[in-house]
Order: sequence, then structure tokens, then C-alpha cells
Amino acid sequence: MPVGGMSQTQVQSQLQAQLQSHGAMQGYDPNSFFCEMLRPGQPLHPTLTLLMSRLASLPIESLRQRAQDAERDLLDRGITFTVYSDATAIDRILPFDLIPRVITPAEWHQIETGVVQRVRALNMFLYDIYHERKILKDKIVPADLVLKNAGYCQAMVGFDVPFNTYVHVCGTDIVRDETGAFRVLEDNARTPSGVAYVVENRHMSLRVMSDLMTSLRVRGVDEYGLRLHNAMAEIAPAGVEDPQVVVLSPGIFNSAYFEHVFLAREMGVPLVEGRDLTVEGGKVWMRTTSGLAQVHTIYRRIGDDFLDPDAFNPDSMLGVRGLIEAWRRGQVAIANAVGTGVADDKAIYAYMPRIIKYYLSEEPILPNVDTRICAEPDALAYTLDHLHELVVKPVAESGGYGLLIGPHASKAQLSEFRALLKADPANYISQPTLKLSVSPTLCEDGVRPRHIDLRPFAVTGRDTWVLPGGLTRVALRAGTLVVNSSQGGGSKDTWVLAE
Amino acid sequence: MNAIAKPHKVHLIARHAESTIWLARYMERIENMARILDVTNTFARDADDTRNWLSIPRINGDLAEFYKKHTEATQRTVGEFYLLDSDNPTSVQSFIAAARENARTLRALISTEMWLQINVFHGKIRALTKADITPDHFTSVCAMLKDGAQAHTGITEGTLYRDQAWHFYMIGRYLERADQTTRLLDTRFNSLAPQSDAVDADIDAGQWNALLRAAAGYHAYRREHPSGYNAQEVASFLLANTAFPRSVGLNLAQIEWHLTQLRTRYFLRMPAALERLDALNGMMTHQNVAELAGRKLSPFLDYVQREIGALHQDIVETFAR
Repeated sequence: MPVGGMSQTQVQSQLQAQLQSHGAMQGYDPNSFFCEMLRPGQPLHPTLTLLMSRLASLPIESLRQRAQDAERDLLDRGITFTVYSDATAIDRILPFDLIPRVITPAEWHQIETGVVQRVRALNMFLYDIYHERKILKDKIVPADLVLKNAGYCQAMVGFDVPFNTYVHVCGTDIVRDETGAFRVLEDNARTPSGVAYVVENRHMSLRVMSDLMTSLRVRGVDEYGLRLHNAMAEIAPAGVEDPQVVVLSPGIFNSAYFEHVFLAREMGVPLVEGRDLTVEGGKVWMRTTSGLAQVHTIYRRIGDDFLDPDAFNPDSMLGVRGLIEAWRRGQVAIANAVGTGVADDKAIYAYMPRIIKYYLSEEPILPNVDTRICAEPDALAYTLDHLHELVVKPVAESGGYGLLIGPHASKAQLSEFRALLKADPANYISQPTLKLSVSPTLCEDGVRPRHIDLRPFAVTGRDTWVLPGGLTRVALRAGTLVVNSSQGGGSKDTWVLAE
Repeated sequence: MNAIAKPHKVHLIARHAESTIWLARYMERIENMARILDVTNTFARDADDTRNWLSIPRINGDLAEFYKKHTEATQRTVGEFYLLDSDNPTSVQSFIAAARENARTLRALISTEMWLQINVFHGKIRALTKADITPDHFTSVCAMLKDGAQAHTGITEGTLYRDQAWHFYMIGRYLERADQTTRLLDTRFNSLAPQSDAVDADIDAGQWNALLRAAAGYHAYRREHPSGYNAQEVASFLLANTAFPRSVGLNLAQIEWHLTQLRTRYFLRMPAALERLDALNGMMTHQNVAELAGRKLSPFLDYVQREIGALHQDIVETFAR
């Protein structure tokens, strides 16, 4: 795009001024946060420029009308999660913000290679800790942290899985700091959810924001089901010509049921519950209208503990009796493998840069957020001293619960947390408060900057493939950093621009 | 030349087959309930109000439950019981909740459009209040329910992939239609037909009219029998006619076709169901009905209803192991 003699900074500030005085973007000011749209100090991508001028030309009323249409549409389509209280069941939508988050080809290259590297390291780590335990013997990771971890599964010791792949579907939570650098916040190596929203958000964009997308080259996301099915077929027991894959769900009352439906539909395979499966003669079968039919790969969306009452929680009604034994005998594949929880634990997360270096002799392509492990005395002392400026997270929780955001906490909250921390330091890690990047988001008072993160999804059978884009979650409340859907977060469509 | 690849086998989870039958039955029940309420509403205006509204709890075998909540049967009480009361398992509230739950179970199998319409329809039915069923709105509520149920039928016809699941779905629809027609005939016939084997020509034409309208068969019946009403002919029309979409005979014949398709295309053998169906089908002849019309009809209809229930069981139990 010709920029007629002006410097890049001049063009950017002009553009910003133009945006802030026109249309939907009026009054938008990201302050000192890194804005994913304006990208201070970064080369301008022509697509972004075009997108911004299109946005600036839209009246805010038009955006609001579209947002309303989108919300109605999500409810009608049942793209919802169900919240149960005493006697009622309410279908809630994950709020959809219609201003997309854009990732340039160069940025995507870093994310994609970084995720692939991380998944490789996670799988090598899992293989190692369930076999020779070299990384523990070399004292790179404390043995206790692994072997006494609640996610470490004895049943996995010495057991081989195809291609040594444990984490078939991985969701890597990535944030961007005030300099625009990507950092990994968390690995989700058990049953990461949200991929259905990646695809549904795109379909929603195509419905309500088609004028914004016209002629832009955005990479497609519809391949996910096919890629996932191929990976599931790859890991099926050897010698099976046309492996039967199923998605195993806890059932229609599970809050993520919509996603289970989505996965089954996109893969073209049955969506089953534990009661539809049975183990006979050492093999796994599903109950069909024409009798029992053998199942070769189970993409399960049930936690380890509930998979098999014989092997784990004996009270589980959701699982399949004898499943783990059949798996151990190589008669069926289970994705993700059992026992991956140890690898995505927040305590192990702190060691990920060293784990990557240990197995791959490479620097992490995507760095961690600087993390202190409170089990280590120095780290604990530092954390206690700087509590008011740190984020402290319990290592065994998920969903944004039980964490302390120092700068936002009251004196009472700080001293309460200090006591918790002292009582059980090994349960916590601390990180500096991040100035998460922001993205223009439609709010009550206009288009305003809101913090976002990104969860790309990596599918691994023999090799790893990363869905271009991922789930961009947005903290809809002003100032808040927590993007979890259970804590008032929404989501955006994520556009990876084609080269 | 390459060998032709073995076709990919598509299985149907047994539980899902059962769910498709139920989905169809519940959606059909909504339409049927709307028809009966609408016709009763129109018909009851000229006649003895109490008696006619009571016929609806009677058709559904709900008299005891109804009287636990209401002291008399009026448009308001019967309307509330069948349109708003989600504690009543035979209300449209319960039907749409059950239909949606089955649709949710089948969501990966049915078309997105089917699911979307059921979901929106569910929202509309759930939002009904007492203000929506007052006399001035009653007909339009019934019309909304019929429209929703028929939109479902149409979307299903146009979008549901016709593999095993479709056959089971259709069996569910026809089972329900056959069942509903016998119920309608049973209650109305008792109050309409003379208590002797002789055919009485002096029956209130308005009442026959209502019975046939509730079954959506009024105009077709007029065309076939322009000279007037006759208990035997009405019974025969509803039970043995092979062109009327809600006749018991036609629906049984459709079920037979679908069972045969399941056998020849998917090798699903349901001998118990086919045998029962065969016997039942044999009874749905004009001659047989003519012999039964009158006081023997009611026990016969009871028998047919039980057999339709048993047929559903036969089909489901074949693969519920």
C-alpha cells in the first residue's frame, strides 16, 4: 500500500487519529496496552489497514444491531452451555464480540512453530516420566513434583502409546505482553475445550460481518474435523483398515455437550456415552442397532478419573468397565492418553523452558511468562515480598478460580492470601502481573479496548497440525484480566491472514 | 486395476435409534394436542361446554390427574392443563421438553435445521403464559403449535438423511399417528355412536364433523361420503382407509414398509414386530370394522392401542441388549 513519503509512525498515528474520530471506533484509546489492531511500533499489514478503515466507516448502531442478531442466532442455534441451578437449567451463550482479532502471517509462523515445539516437548516429557525418568535423574525437574503429582498415573508406567503421542489434542493458552511479545500462560493437555467456538465464531463472522471480510484472505478453519479424524485413525490399533472412531461424552447434561456434538459431527462419527460401550473379549464395542460393533479409537471428553470404574474412580457412572485394560492390551486407542494431567500442571509449567531445552536442545520459540515456583525458598520469599504486584495461582486449580491478582487485591485479601501461601507454598506459583494486549471490543459505551488471550489447538497423531487461529477469549469487563467463560469472558473470531 | 474399496459402514447407536422414535412421537403429539384443543374450542362454543372439554382429559387417560388440579373442565382449566402445566406429562410443555431432549441426544445425527427449529419452537412454547391462552388467543396458540410441529415435519422431510435413523424416525411418527387416531375415535365414538349395533342416522352432524376435523379428515370424508355421516363409515374411514394420512391402517402399512427397508437395506431383523404388525394390519379392513362398529368397537380400539404400544416395545427391544 503506497504511503506517499510519510514515515510508518506518521501513517499509524494518522490512522489512529482517523479511527478515533470516526464511526464505530470513536473514542477508542488503548492507552499503554499493546493493541492488536493498531500495533504501535510494528509494521503495518495492508489487510489490517483496510480492516480498520472498514470498521471506522461502520456506524456504531450497525455494530450493535449485528451484535444483537448474533446473540439471538447463537441462542437459536443452541451454541450454548447449560448452567444448572436448583430446579432450572439455563442455556447461556459464550458472548461473541464481532470485531475480529487478527494474526499476521509472521506472527502465526511463530505461534505455529512454537506450539508444535511445545507439544513435542510435552510428549517427550510424558514418555520419559512414564519410562526411564531421565529428566528426573538428571535433576532438571524435581522427582517429587512429578511422581507425587496428582496427575501422575501409575497405570501408565512402562506403557507405550502409538508414536509416543500422549497429547493428541493440545490447547496452548498464549498471551501478549505490552511489548507485543507472545508468551505461553498455560498448557492444556488433558481435554482442552473451545475448538467448536473457533469454527462457530467464523461462521458467525461470515453471517453478520461479511462486508468486513470481503476480499480479505483469511485462512480457513473448517479442516479441523477432518484433521482430527485422521489423527484418530492413525493411532488406532495396527492392522485395522477402516478404524471406527467415536467421541465419548458424559452426556447431554454436560456443560460442554455442544462441543461434543460438534466434534462428532465434524468427524462424522458416533457421539457415545459410557453406557453405549462395553468391553467383551478384551475389545471395546459399541451397542448398535445391528448388535455390537468394534470401536478402535475413543476421543474422550471425560476426565481420567471417570473413564473406567475398574481402573480409577469405582463410583463413576460415566465410564466403561474394563476400558483401561483393553487399552493396555492395545485393542483400542484413547485420546488424549490417560495421565497427561501431570504435564499441564501449573507446577510443571514453570519448568517448561528447561524441559524444551532438555529434550530438543532448542530455545523455546514461545517463551513462558516469568514464573516463580513457591516451593523454592527464594521464590517464596520474593513472592511474599512482592505480593501486591504479582499474580499468584494455585497449581491444582483451573477456570480462573482461587487466584490472587495482587494489584487489584485489598489489604485484607492480601493478608488472607499471604496466610494461605505460607501454609502451603508448594501449592502456588507466582508471576508478574501482565499487561495483556487489548483488542477493540464492542462495549456499552462504544468500542473499547479489552484484554484478550489466544488458545490455538494442536492435533497430533504421527505429526502435529495446528488449526490456523484458535480461540480468542476476551475479558468483557473493563480492567479485568480474567478471560474464562465462567468468569464473564467472551470470545472473538480469530483471523490468521494468508501469506 | 485397484480393488474397489469396501464401503465404510455407518452404524447407528441403539440408544439413538430409540431416541429418534421418541423425537418423532413427541413432535407428533404436539400437533395432535393442538388439533384436539382447537377443534374442541371451536366446537364447544355451540354446545354443552363442560362435557366437551372433559373429552380431552378422557382421551389422554388423564381424568384423575386433571381433577387433582381442577374442579371443572373448561377452556381455561383444560387449556392450562395441556398448554402451560409442565408438571403434567401430557402437556405440550412436557412434549416439547422431551422432544428437545431427544433432539439434543441426536444433535450430531439430525440436520442442524431440525435442531434449530426445535430449539426455537421450545423457546416459544416455554414462553406461553395464561395471557396467551385466553379465549381471544386460544385459536392462534393452537395455530402456532400446529405450525411449529408441521414446520418440523417439513424440515425433517427435506433435510434428514435417509439412513437407518430416518427409518426409525418415520416408524415413531406413524406409531404415534395410529395411536392418536384410535384414542380420538375411542372417546368420541362412545359419545356419538348409538348404544346398539344398529346405525342411527340422527346423530348430530356437528359432532361427527368435529371428530373428523380433529383428525384432519373432514374434507376428505365429505368427498368420499357426500351423503352424510354414518358411524360405521366414520370408523371405517379412520381405521381402514388407505389414503387418509392419519388412518390407523395407512400408518401401520407405512411402518411395515420401513421395517422391511430396515431388514433389506440394513439387515435388521425384527420378527416379533413384523408378526404383530401383520396380525394388526389384517384387522384394519372395511369389512372387519363394519362388523365391529357399534358396541364392540371400544374393546377393539383398546386392543389396537395396546398392540401399538407393544409394537413400539418389540422394535426397541430387538436391539436393546
